[in-house]
Amino acid sequence: MAEEMEIGCARPTGGPVGEAVDEQVANETKPIREVAPMIQVGKKAPDFAAPAYQQGKFVSVKLSEYLGKWVLLCFYPGDFTFV
Amino acid sequence: MSIDSVFVHKMWNDKELSKMVEGGVPFPMLSDAGGRVGKVFGVFDEDAGVEARGRFIIDPEGVVQGYEVLTPPVGRNVNETIRQVQAFQLVRESKGKEATPSGWRPGKATLRPGPELVGKVWKEWKTEMAFD
Repeated sequence: MAEEMEIGCARPTGGPVGEAVDEQVANETKPIREVAPMIQVGKKAPDFAAPAYQQGKFVSVKLSEYLGKWVLLCFYPGDFTFV
Repeated sequence: MSIDSVFVHKMWNDKELSKMVEGGVPFPMLSDAGGRVGKVFGVFDEDAGVEARGRFIIDPEGVVQGYEVLTPPVGRNVNETIRQVQAFQLVRESKGKEATPSGWRPGKATLRPGPELVGKVWKEWKTEMAFD
């Protein structure tokens, strides 16, 4: 039976349930490359490109296109939450 | 930027945000499905699969001047963000000659760091100036 969920500020997500996958197997299949956070004040922001919605249009935005301007980059848990 | 698709961004903007802001959100609403950008900025929560409330101020050279990251239940102070941008802009315009002490906001006194200021900040800046 589906249970009613309490909805908070984060987007509800699911995931695998049941017995955990054997760790050794999981480690073997894991890619070695790990992305380490690289943000430091006074240092360059890592460039990125991302799809976006702006004023009725779907666009592609690249951070480096904003060089010469001040940028406020805001992350938030999900649409239909407060910001 | 959130892990939602651009289609969900469109629905949120058109059905809700445009009722709060006339004409809807003017700036790009970025989509980061999979949290790949959020991971690089250190705001992606792998367990929850969502991004924290991270806010980064990036100057015209692409340099991160400041950031703030909050867990989802607490919202941001937009006034404080604007104040910080104004402070960084003032410092930049003065070519680093001026600094904005604690509690600074536009119109309040700045400091000019240098040998003459060492040990004399108490003359230029009073504790009550830290508060609004």
